[in-house]
Amino acid sequence: MMEQLKTTPSQTVGPFFAYSLTAEQYGYGYNSIVNDVLTGDGIEGRMICIKGQVFDGAGSAITDAMIELWHADNFGQYRETCINGKNDGFMGFGRVGTGTNSNGEFSFTTIKPKFSDNRAPHINVILFMRGSLHGLYTRIYFSDDEKANTDDELLNNVPAERRHTLIAQKNKSDGIATYLFDIHMQGENETAFFEL
Amino acid sequence: METEEKIFDTQPPYLYPEYKSTILRSPTKPLILTKSFIKDLSMPVFGESCIGEFDNDLTKNAAKGGQPIGERIKVSGKVMDKYGRPVPNALIEIWQANSAGRYIHKLEIHDAPLDLNFLGAGRMLTDKEGHYMFYTIKPGAYPWGNHYNAWRPNHIHFSVIGHQLDQRLVTQMYFPGDPLFDYDPIFQAVPKHARELLIARFRMDWTEAEFALAYEFNIVLNGSKQTPFE
Ligand SMILES: [Fe+3]
Repeated sequence: MMEQLKTTPSQTVGPFFAYSLTAEQYGYGYNSIVNDVLTGDGIEGRMICIKGQVFDGAGSAITDAMIELWHADNFGQYRETCINGKNDGFMGFGRVGTGTNSNGEFSFTTIKPKFSDNRAPHINVILFMRGSLHGLYTRIYFSDDEKANTDDELLNNVPAERRHTLIAQKNKSDGIATYLFDIHMQGENETAFFEL
Repeated sequence: METEEKIFDTQPPYLYPEYKSTILRSPTKPLILTKSFIKDLSMPVFGESCIGEFDNDLTKNAAKGGQPIGERIKVSGKVMDKYGRPVPNALIEIWQANSAGRYIHKLEIHDAPLDLNFLGAGRMLTDKEGHYMFYTIKPGAYPWGNHYNAWRPNHIHFSVIGHQLDQRLVTQMYFPGDPLFDYDPIFQAVPKHARELLIARFRMDWTEAEFALAYEFNIVLNGSKQTPFE
């Protein structure tokens, strides 16, 4: 076994990340590599919108969190080529802050990932915020994939009473399908986070 | 093996009550263990075209006809996995306060001057050997609302995207000998033996004469994928 180095400790993202990490969304004079749109024009797949809020242990919406999404395309394939900036075809990677909407709501537009390798369609979520000394990892599954969700290995690893915290609820609406995915840091509906 | 993991546990806890915002923002239930295929998931790769000409020079990338006020410094280092192997093409994004301790963020209320020639944001990719380098000015300390008379030590925020999901790191780089270390709960939340890992090393030998002092800050990412044997 090779000698191991000590890994660099994690620190909070703090309240002031926006002018670097999500500058365009917040209106700062700096460009952003990625944003809330994870797909480009003419990409095969069903357009969806994912909306939600992040709540603290007192039930207040958190307005200084940053969320990253990373997911596979309509063929179950993650993007492997370099991302060269926004609108570079299917990127599958996006990032937003919760500070530009007065109630802390976030919103992503993308295509629904496909079922692959016996895993239900899902989106990887990495969450950062002031007051969190680590990035937190969780997943979004979809309420209309009931059968696939039942067979999903990772979901089956989650205690049954907590599985609902990972399932985005489809909101019946005209046009783009919208899924609601709220994140609760604590409380009755505390989101299931995974150890990496 | 488990003992080894313990020895190398360099990470702060989720809940650290002295850092007050962790109280309502940290998970109360244990994290759920995942299979290694999830930790190994490849992260997005970013191309050179994402990086602007002066993105690794914060003294230039927002200058409006002048130079930012403050002590010019060069920060460089290497991004590695826990076996010491370089992590090339990692995306590093940075942000910091100006030399007066003021962030340009709209919600920043600290009554210190803004600097028209300084934004405080930058980004870069590591090279084939995992190296990165940027110029900036040394950030100032600033007060915050955690407790009466709370001040953050001078620091630069780092966001790093490595090759795998478990190589996504957000951290802060500090400067040697900062008298505020003992009073900062964010720094203190890190186990004592690991705090030095967040402090850049002053490198006289890397200093650019008549131009900039130099600091070395190496970053060691997790990385469960490779289990090499020697
Ligand atoms: Fe800061």
